[in-house]
Amino acid sequence: MTNRSARSGAALKTYFVLLFFLALKAAGNSAMAWGMKQVPERMSINPALYLHAMLNPFVAMGVIALILALLTRMALFSLADLSFILPVTAIGYVIAVFLGKVFLHETVTHQRWLGTLLIFCGAALVGSTSRNTTSPEGQS
Amino acid sequence: MKWALVAAMVLATVLGDLLQSHEMKQAGEQSVSARGFARLLHVIAQRRLLILGIACNAVSFFSFMALVQTEPLSFAVPASSASFVLETLLAKFVLHERLGARRAAGALAVLAGVVLVGG
Repeated sequence: MTNRSARSGAALKTYFVLLFFLALKAAGNSAMAWGMKQVPERMSINPALYLHAMLNPFVAMGVIALILALLTRMALFSLADLSFILPVTAIGYVIAVFLGKVFLHETVTHQRWLGTLLIFCGAALVGSTSRNTTSPEGQS
Repeated sequence: MKWALVAAMVLATVLGDLLQSHEMKQAGEQSVSARGFARLLHVIAQRRLLILGIACNAVSFFSFMALVQTEPLSFAVPASSASFVLETLLAKFVLHERLGARRAAGALAVLAGVVLVGG
Protein backbone atom coordinates (compact mmCIF):
# COMPACT_ATOMS: atom_id res chain seq x y z
CA MET A 1 0.00 0.00 0.00
CA THR A 2 1.42 3.46 -0.91
CA ASN A 3 1.77 6.23 1.67
CA ARG A 4 -0.98 8.18 -0.06
CA SER A 5 -3.54 5.35 0.01
CA ALA A 6 -2.59 4.55 3.63
CA ARG A 7 -3.24 8.20 4.52
CA SER A 8 -6.60 8.29 2.77
CA GLY A 9 -7.54 4.99 4.46
CA ALA A 10 -6.67 6.49 7.85
CA ALA A 11 -8.69 9.61 7.03
CA LEU A 12 -11.70 7.48 6.02
CA LYS A 13 -11.40 5.53 9.28
CA THR A 14 -11.38 8.81 11.23
CA TYR A 15 -14.57 10.04 9.51
CA PHE A 16 -16.25 6.65 10.04
CA VAL A 17 -15.41 6.73 13.79
CA LEU A 18 -16.62 10.36 13.91
CA LEU A 19 -19.99 9.44 12.32
CA PHE A 20 -20.33 6.44 14.64
CA PHE A 21 -19.69 8.73 17.65
CA LEU A 22 -22.28 11.29 16.48
CA ALA A 23 -24.89 8.53 15.89
CA LEU A 24 -24.28 6.96 19.31
CA LYS A 25 -24.42 10.33 21.07
CA ALA A 26 -27.66 11.36 19.30
CA ALA A 27 -29.29 7.95 19.95
CA GLY A 28 -28.10 7.93 23.58
CA ASN A 29 -29.31 11.45 24.35
CA SER A 30 -32.69 10.87 22.64
CA ALA A 31 -33.31 7.55 24.44
CA MET A 32 -32.26 9.10 27.76
CA ALA A 33 -34.49 12.18 27.28
CA TRP A 34 -37.47 10.01 26.25
CA GLY A 35 -36.96 7.57 29.14
CA MET A 36 -36.43 10.26 31.80
CA LYS A 37 -39.81 11.81 30.88
CA GLN A 38 -41.42 8.48 31.93
CA VAL A 39 -39.60 8.37 35.29
CA PRO A 40 -41.94 9.81 37.96
CA GLU A 41 -39.29 10.76 40.58
CA ARG A 42 -37.50 14.10 40.44
CA MET A 43 -33.72 13.58 40.43
CA SER A 44 -31.58 14.78 43.36
CA ILE A 45 -28.11 13.92 44.68
CA ASN A 46 -29.45 10.56 45.93
CA PRO A 47 -27.71 7.93 43.73
CA ALA A 48 -30.50 5.38 44.40
CA LEU A 49 -32.87 7.54 42.30
CA TYR A 50 -30.50 7.35 39.30
CA LEU A 51 -30.16 3.56 39.69
CA HIS A 52 -33.97 3.26 39.88
CA ALA A 53 -34.32 5.42 36.74
CA MET A 54 -32.05 2.96 34.90
CA LEU A 55 -34.72 0.26 35.30
CA ASN A 56 -36.58 2.11 32.54
CA PRO A 57 -35.49 0.37 29.27
CA PHE A 58 -35.06 3.66 27.36
CA VAL A 59 -32.87 5.13 30.11
CA ALA A 60 -30.82 1.88 30.22
CA MET A 61 -30.39 1.93 26.41
CA GLY A 62 -29.42 5.60 26.60
CA VAL A 63 -26.77 4.90 29.26
CA ILE A 64 -25.30 2.01 27.20
CA ALA A 65 -25.21 4.14 24.04
CA LEU A 66 -23.55 7.03 25.92
CA ILE A 67 -20.91 4.71 27.44
CA LEU A 68 -20.15 3.40 23.92
CA ALA A 69 -20.04 7.03 22.72
CA LEU A 70 -17.44 7.81 25.42
CA LEU A 71 -15.28 4.86 24.28
CA THR A 72 -15.71 5.86 20.62
CA ARG A 73 -14.62 9.43 21.42
CA MET A 74 -11.50 7.99 23.06
CA ALA A 75 -10.78 5.96 19.91
CA LEU A 76 -11.23 9.22 17.96
CA PHE A 77 -8.60 10.89 20.19
CA SER A 78 -6.14 8.21 19.03
CA LEU A 79 -6.80 9.14 15.38
CA ALA A 80 -7.05 12.94 15.32
CA ASP A 81 -6.05 16.17 17.09
CA LEU A 82 -8.05 17.58 19.99
CA SER A 83 -8.33 20.90 18.10
CA PHE A 84 -9.84 18.94 15.16
CA ILE A 85 -12.24 16.78 17.21
CA LEU A 86 -13.76 19.60 19.30
CA PRO A 87 -15.26 21.63 16.40
CA VAL A 88 -16.29 18.67 14.22
CA THR A 89 -18.10 16.89 17.09
CA ALA A 90 -20.06 20.14 17.65
CA ILE A 91 -22.13 18.90 14.66
CA GLY A 92 -23.97 17.08 17.50
CA TYR A 93 -25.65 20.44 18.32
CA VAL A 94 -26.92 20.62 14.71
CA ILE A 95 -28.30 17.06 14.93
CA ALA A 96 -29.97 17.88 18.28
CA VAL A 97 -31.72 20.94 16.77
CA PHE A 98 -33.00 18.87 13.79
CA LEU A 99 -34.15 15.97 16.00
CA GLY A 100 -35.92 18.43 18.31
CA LYS A 101 -37.64 20.10 15.35
CA VAL A 102 -38.62 16.92 13.45
CA PHE A 103 -39.48 14.43 16.23
CA LEU A 104 -40.33 16.57 19.27
CA HIS A 105 -41.92 19.42 17.19
CA GLU A 106 -39.93 22.02 19.14
CA THR A 107 -39.94 25.65 18.02
CA VAL A 108 -36.54 26.65 16.63
CA THR A 109 -35.88 30.41 16.70
CA HIS A 110 -34.02 32.33 13.96
CA GLN A 111 -31.13 32.80 16.41
CA ARG A 112 -30.84 29.03 16.89
CA TRP A 113 -30.97 28.37 13.11
CA LEU A 114 -28.18 30.94 12.65
CA GLY A 115 -26.13 29.25 15.38
CA THR A 116 -26.72 25.88 13.72
CA LEU A 117 -25.56 27.25 10.35
CA LEU A 118 -22.40 28.73 11.95
CA ILE A 119 -21.58 25.39 13.64
CA PHE A 120 -22.10 23.53 10.36
CA CYS A 121 -19.86 25.93 8.37
CA GLY A 122 -17.20 26.02 11.11
CA ALA A 123 -17.14 22.22 11.42
CA ALA A 124 -16.89 21.88 7.60
CA LEU A 125 -13.96 24.33 7.59
CA VAL A 126 -12.14 22.45 10.37
CA GLY A 127 -13.00 19.11 8.71
CA SER A 128 -11.10 20.22 5.63
CA THR A 129 -7.83 20.64 7.61
CA SER A 130 -5.24 17.96 8.47
CA ARG A 131 -6.83 15.71 11.08
CA ASN A 132 -3.56 14.84 12.80
CA THR A 133 -0.72 17.35 13.00
CA THR A 134 1.34 15.73 15.76
CA SER A 135 2.43 12.50 14.04
CA PRO A 136 3.99 12.54 10.54
CA GLU A 137 2.16 9.41 9.31
CA GLY A 138 -1.22 10.74 10.43
CA GLN A 139 -1.13 13.99 8.46
CA SER A 140 -3.74 13.94 5.70
CA MET B 1 -22.27 28.94 43.72
CA LYS B 2 -23.22 29.34 40.05
CA TRP B 3 -19.71 30.49 39.03
CA ALA B 4 -18.06 27.81 41.19
CA LEU B 5 -20.03 25.18 39.23
CA VAL B 6 -19.09 26.80 35.89
CA ALA B 7 -15.41 26.84 36.94
CA ALA B 8 -15.53 23.18 38.08
CA MET B 9 -17.26 22.14 34.83
CA VAL B 10 -14.87 24.04 32.54
CA LEU B 11 -11.66 23.02 34.36
CA ALA B 12 -12.73 19.36 34.58
CA THR B 13 -13.66 19.30 30.86
CA VAL B 14 -10.35 20.90 29.82
CA LEU B 15 -8.19 18.64 32.00
CA GLY B 16 -10.17 15.51 31.04
CA ASP B 17 -9.93 16.13 27.29
CA LEU B 18 -6.24 17.09 27.39
CA LEU B 19 -5.36 13.96 29.36
CA GLN B 20 -7.42 11.71 27.08
CA SER B 21 -6.04 13.24 23.89
CA HIS B 22 -2.43 12.92 25.12
CA GLU B 23 -2.84 9.37 26.43
CA MET B 24 -4.73 8.04 23.41
CA LYS B 25 -2.15 9.42 20.96
CA GLN B 26 0.50 7.58 23.03
CA ALA B 27 -1.57 4.37 22.99
CA GLY B 28 -1.73 4.29 19.18
CA GLU B 29 -4.64 3.99 16.72
CA GLN B 30 -7.78 2.33 18.09
CA SER B 31 -10.86 0.95 16.32
CA VAL B 32 -14.57 0.72 17.23
CA SER B 33 -15.25 -2.97 16.50
CA ALA B 34 -16.16 -5.34 19.38
CA ARG B 35 -12.50 -6.39 19.54
CA GLY B 36 -11.47 -2.73 19.34
CA PHE B 37 -13.62 -1.81 22.37
CA ALA B 38 -12.14 -4.76 24.33
CA ARG B 39 -8.63 -3.54 23.46
CA LEU B 40 -9.62 0.00 24.45
CA LEU B 41 -10.80 -1.18 27.89
CA HIS B 42 -7.44 -2.91 28.29
CA VAL B 43 -5.65 0.35 27.38
CA ILE B 44 -7.76 2.28 29.93
CA ALA B 45 -6.94 -0.24 32.69
CA GLN B 46 -3.21 0.23 32.03
CA ARG B 47 -3.08 4.04 31.96
CA ARG B 48 -3.71 5.96 35.20
CA LEU B 49 -3.79 9.37 33.50
CA LEU B 50 -6.50 8.09 31.16
CA ILE B 51 -8.58 6.98 34.17
CA LEU B 52 -8.02 10.44 35.69
CA GLY B 53 -9.24 11.95 32.40
CA ILE B 54 -12.44 9.89 32.53
CA ALA B 55 -12.95 10.89 36.20
CA CYS B 56 -12.62 14.54 35.12
CA ASN B 57 -15.34 13.95 32.50
CA ALA B 58 -17.59 12.58 35.27
CA VAL B 59 -16.95 15.69 37.44
CA SER B 60 -17.76 17.87 34.42
CA PHE B 61 -20.99 15.92 33.71
CA PHE B 62 -22.29 16.17 37.30
CA SER B 63 -21.29 19.87 37.55
CA PHE B 64 -23.33 20.51 34.38
CA MET B 65 -26.30 18.56 35.81
CA ALA B 66 -26.10 20.57 39.07
CA LEU B 67 -25.83 23.82 37.08
CA VAL B 68 -28.92 23.17 34.95
CA GLN B 69 -30.96 22.39 38.08
CA THR B 70 -30.64 26.01 39.20
CA GLU B 71 -29.76 27.94 36.03
CA PRO B 72 -31.44 28.02 32.59
CA LEU B 73 -29.92 25.94 29.78
CA SER B 74 -29.46 29.21 27.88
CA PHE B 75 -26.85 30.15 30.51
CA ALA B 76 -25.31 26.69 31.06
CA VAL B 77 -24.59 25.83 27.39
CA PRO B 78 -22.81 29.08 26.41
CA ALA B 79 -20.93 29.03 29.77
CA SER B 80 -19.74 25.49 29.06
CA SER B 81 -18.35 26.59 25.70
CA ALA B 82 -15.61 28.51 27.59
CA SER B 83 -13.85 25.13 27.74
CA PHE B 84 -13.78 25.12 23.92
CA VAL B 85 -11.56 28.23 23.81
CA LEU B 86 -9.23 27.03 26.59
CA GLU B 87 -8.90 23.54 25.09
CA THR B 88 -8.08 24.84 21.61
CA LEU B 89 -5.37 27.13 23.02
CA LEU B 90 -3.93 24.37 25.22
CA ALA B 91 -4.01 21.92 22.29
CA LYS B 92 -1.64 24.34 20.54
CA PHE B 93 0.65 25.16 23.46
CA VAL B 94 0.61 21.92 25.50
CA LEU B 95 -0.09 19.19 22.90
CA HIS B 96 1.83 21.12 20.17
CA GLU B 97 -0.94 20.75 17.57
CA ARG B 98 -0.77 23.01 14.50
CA LEU B 99 -3.90 25.16 14.40
CA GLY B 100 -3.48 27.14 11.18
CA ALA B 101 -5.76 29.96 10.02
CA ARG B 102 -8.48 27.67 8.59
CA ARG B 103 -8.82 25.54 11.73
CA ALA B 104 -8.76 28.64 14.00
CA ALA B 105 -11.43 30.38 11.87
CA GLY B 106 -13.60 27.23 11.87
CA ALA B 107 -13.25 26.84 15.65
CA LEU B 108 -14.29 30.49 16.17
CA ALA B 109 -17.35 30.00 13.90
CA VAL B 110 -18.34 26.89 15.89
CA LEU B 111 -17.86 28.75 19.18
CA ALA B 112 -20.12 31.61 17.99
CA GLY B 113 -22.67 29.02 16.81
CA VAL B 114 -22.70 27.20 20.16
CA VAL B 115 -23.28 30.50 22.01
CA LEU B 116 -26.18 31.36 19.64
CA VAL B 117 -27.75 27.87 19.93
CA GLY B 118 -27.57 27.99 23.72
CA GLY B 119 -28.52 31.67 24.11
